[in-house]
Amino acid sequence: MAAKPKKGTFMADNNQDNRPLSPFMIGQYYRPQWTSMSSIFTRITGLSLLVASLMIVWWFVAAASGPEAFATANGFITSWFGDLILFFSTWAMFYHMLFGIRHLIWDSGRMLEVDQSEMYAQAALVGSVLLTIFVVIVL
Amino acid sequence: MGFITDRKRAAGLGSAKTGTEHHWHMMVTSVALLPLVLMFILSFGAILGSPYSEVIAYYQRPFPAMIAILTMLVGFNHFAHGARSTIEDYTGGLTRKGLIIGVNCLSYSAAAFAIFAIVRIAL
Repeated sequence: MAAKPKKGTFMADNNQDNRPLSPFMIGQYYRPQWTSMSSIFTRITGLSLLVASLMIVWWFVAAASGPEAFATANGFITSWFGDLILFFSTWAMFYHMLFGIRHLIWDSGRMLEVDQSEMYAQAALVGSVLLTIFVVIVL
Repeated sequence: MGFITDRKRAAGLGSAKTGTEHHWHMMVTSVALLPLVLMFILSFGAILGSPYSEVIAYYQRPFPAMIAILTMLVGFNHFAHGARSTIEDYTGGLTRKGLIIGVNCLSYSAAAFAIFAIVRIAL
């Protein structure tokens, strides 16, 4: 559907802007909840992984191009700034992965109670941090 | 000036009708990415920081190269579909169409660049 028409554009429904709306789950109307926050962060982490992905694509293209190009890309990716991006992206990856698994569990009809879902969210948040630390130490 | 109400414009259209397909696609690619991404983090993390000649030798081996190719292929496909859901949730009209086309161009270009590069290193 097209964007919401300006008031007065449609003769038949001039009251359309004055109707009460259900408030969006994130914002001034609700306290932060584990359910809504873990949901939006799944989306944010997924989208933010584009940054590290494009950096890794650049690294592969540079490696295929030759030693000089590789030195530039490799120098950036192993600099403190590149390391910072990779560190947060590793966390984002594990977060997105663990909360993606929750979607797969939900789709099987399990763990649909709010308290179970919240407990998973808390455990997965801790798990994503631990996995990130593990990867940083091992690699 | 239009004379029909929002409800009348929407009535009878039904759903988009391809939602199930999209959802199933996300499920399939997400399950595929579970082992792929773990293997990619371990293999890419192991070689990152090594000198040029070692990196080239590493990606001439079949297993690291195939893990990287599959991760790029499935990963960017998953990204394009996931980003599309986000775009559809928050935008409409021409903005929505433009963003979805843009995300697809970016995702598949990035995947093509990466895969071509890896194949070129490997062969």
